[in-house]
Amino acid sequence: MSRLGKIARRTFLVSTAAIAGGVAFGYYMYRRPAANPLLDDLAEGEAALTPYVKITESGITLITPRADSGQGAYSVQAMLIAEELDVELDQVAVDPGPPSPAYYNTAMAGEAAPFRTTDDSFMANTTRGVMDAMMKFMGLQITGGSTTVPDSFDKLRRAGATARETLKAAAAQQTGVAVANLRTEAGKVITPDGTALTYESLASAAAQIDPVQDVPLRDPSQWRMIGKQVVRKDTLPKSTGTQAYGIDFEMDGMVHASVRLNPRRGLGARSFDASAAEAMPGVQAILPITGGVAAVANNTWRAMQAVQAVEVDWDTATPYPEEQEGHWQILSDSFIEDRLDSRYRDDGDVETALQGESVIEAEYRAPYLAHSPLEPINATVLVTEERVDVWTGTQIPRFLQAEVEKITGHAQDDIHIHVLMMGGSFGHRLEPRVVQEAAEIAAQMPGTPVKLTYSREEDWTHNDTRQIAMARARGTVANGQVQTMDLGIAMPSVIASQMGRIGLPTPGPDLQIVAGAWEQPYAIPNYRVSGYRAPGLAPVSSWRAVGASTNGFFHETFLDELIHAAGADPMAERMRLMWHDTSRKTLEAVAEMSNWGAALPQGTGRGVAFTMSFGVPTAEVVEVTRTDAGLRLDNVWIAAEVGRVVDPNMFENMVQGGIVWALGHAMNSEVTYAGGAVAQQNYWDSEGMRMFQTPQIMVRGLENDPARVRGMGEPMVPPAAAALSNAIFAATGQRVREMPMMKHVDFV
Amino acid sequence: MKLTVNGTEHELDIEPEMPLLWVLRDELGIKGVKFGCGVAACGACTVHIDGEAQRSCQVPAGDVWGPVTTIEGLGTPAEMHAIQEAWLENQVAQCGYCQGGQMMQAADLLSNNPDPSDAEIDDAMSGNLCRCGTYPRIRAAVKTAATKLKGV
Repeated sequence: MSRLGKIARRTFLVSTAAIAGGVAFGYYMYRRPAANPLLDDLAEGEAALTPYVKITESGITLITPRADSGQGAYSVQAMLIAEELDVELDQVAVDPGPPSPAYYNTAMAGEAAPFRTTDDSFMANTTRGVMDAMMKFMGLQITGGSTTVPDSFDKLRRAGATARETLKAAAAQQTGVAVANLRTEAGKVITPDGTALTYESLASAAAQIDPVQDVPLRDPSQWRMIGKQVVRKDTLPKSTGTQAYGIDFEMDGMVHASVRLNPRRGLGARSFDASAAEAMPGVQAILPITGGVAAVANNTWRAMQAVQAVEVDWDTATPYPEEQEGHWQILSDSFIEDRLDSRYRDDGDVETALQGESVIEAEYRAPYLAHSPLEPINATVLVTEERVDVWTGTQIPRFLQAEVEKITGHAQDDIHIHVLMMGGSFGHRLEPRVVQEAAEIAAQMPGTPVKLTYSREEDWTHNDTRQIAMARARGTVANGQVQTMDLGIAMPSVIASQMGRIGLPTPGPDLQIVAGAWEQPYAIPNYRVSGYRAPGLAPVSSWRAVGASTNGFFHETFLDELIHAAGADPMAERMRLMWHDTSRKTLEAVAEMSNWGAALPQGTGRGVAFTMSFGVPTAEVVEVTRTDAGLRLDNVWIAAEVGRVVDPNMFENMVQGGIVWALGHAMNSEVTYAGGAVAQQNYWDSEGMRMFQTPQIMVRGLENDPARVRGMGEPMVPPAAAALSNAIFAATGQRVREMPMMKHVDFV
Repeated sequence: MKLTVNGTEHELDIEPEMPLLWVLRDELGIKGVKFGCGVAACGACTVHIDGEAQRSCQVPAGDVWGPVTTIEGLGTPAEMHAIQEAWLENQVAQCGYCQGGQMMQAADLLSNNPDPSDAEIDDAMSGNLCRCGTYPRIRAAVKTAATKLKGV
């Protein structure tokens, strides 16, 4: 947006709020590192008034622009504002707000990470590495990469503080009492004589004065909410079946649509015969869309039935191998110089070290995986001559505006995205597909709102999956210690696949190919990590923890193999190798929590693994026991360094859930191709974890480095599969080097 | 066709093969019952028919054999059922999409077995998928609800 545009936008926001008898507060973020001129330009974008607090005579609304896919993002953002604003969560409304460049994600910009000193170069590189691939999203309002808390932690508290001090200034004008003598509590400014002025009653006056800027943030010792458990605002509706999700959206005159896409990904239909489908009850239209056909009816089920009745002649020129074995073959052929994408870790002299005779070698595999949140993807779109409205659960509202523009031709200012609650995402709602298709259908039916709901089968077979990946590793040990670790990883570029679908270039290496491996804080004398970019595979996308979701398994299982070959203790040798104190403390914590080293019953084994991902050092111990019915998961202990645990209750729930997610998929799930199509159709085919397999999960959030507040949406995932594989080895002597592990061992 | 849902009788003119799930959601606007899989693999659509937990995606409307209760009929935000109170107290939900079905399944379990063991809870609840992985909290909430119901 031009500078003029920014000024106009600011004026618009303030004046609109004032006309409505209220006020909108933001905060100016004007101090930025000056080293990078690019950042200076970006900082101008931030200098727009960024509204997070709206107060009118009828109430207080906190704007929480990061989407909530279930892990509590709305609540945690509201807490951070409320902490400084001095309001209670039960007296405010929370709204995701409109798509706006004002809400761009600071933490997504790796170069903006505040790591400059030499001492921090490791952390700086780690963070930049994670964020680098997401740089293309800069300026866009995006939720992902476990960035909601790090992006919000200072910004939202400042917004709350600015609003509070401005309200106090307005109260001082009204009462004649000096600001220094006013205090705030529970949505009121209180004078020394006990008179309480509600924020709502001060809204109009506050709108007339310049917001008070540069308010110092409170010392952590004064915090009322951060670090303490709150009741999420969505817990009551979600405990009573009254929470509305995107799929529940309804409006007058709305019709229901269902789609059927070419089972061969990315191809379309040569022709179709809709005559049988058109004659079915309630069917209003059968329409062509990119990649297939859509049925429109007066009920979701009727639309789903009708779209199945369309006779379609599909294109068959599959741009990836028809059969699964071909996908593995491409990976197997990719460990060559031509496909070398990055080698940012190359310590010591790996080649010389591997000349000897006792080289340990292993190969690992990790499959494609579906996101499959329980709410199938859906979107409601209304296209009129003047504007387009989209109601959907999404992590990328600004980006959807650009995609809809391509379809309907409306200016982006006339495309209105209304973000609704998501029934899970795990990365699935970073993709625009369902909105693109709903817009294509709605554009053919102007004036009629169209809700497109995917069937589970269509959602499953057209999911842009987690990457498939393969690793080849070699190493040596001597004198009871790990001496050499050489890890090569081959996978498709998730970022190139994802960005390619939206027409964005992705120059340079894709650090996701080596994420969770190249940046681990081990001082192994000869230590190399090479990423190989595999071409010609099926479309892939960001699945919880992205590259690290496979690479944590590879790195930590092979390291375990080396440690066992050295005859060392897996916990002690990891601690010895780890030079980064904050990381080592996570290992010390899980060792203490699990009483590592204690005698275990016959048939019980434990494995440990550590991965730093998304800037969060995370250590896990998994315990399994052999039983007549198969391997049983007994206990999991996890310790993660996040700087600050904002809400311990949400933290525990999310981390336990992430462990269930990671272990369930590692044990039971895969996506494979047969005849060019995804072979799995529904949860029966690949179902993750159910309650009967769920272990006890003990969680500890560490706060040894409070200057670096981190997000925990993903970092629990990468070490989990390795800790499980290492536990299985400890219990059975069998090394499991491929996911899903049920191909090699029986679980209860 | 007549259908009684949460104590209200409805007269409907629909295909008898339409699954109860879609009758509830699209014809009657009762949205607490969720579509997750359509093949009885996830349990998000769980309702009670004649007091017993059923996957509404697998019951054709013409075959419904008794009164239907959905999560909205179990209790409301103003007057919660003990199970809903237990879900609130334990802060079970993450995305929450499966939780209506989970609560209906738990209600069925506790009406047949007021004091279930850990293994009985796992057995009864394992047909209900939670992609967010809230199983540890669901286990705890079922126990909280059992205690509450015994105390009544």
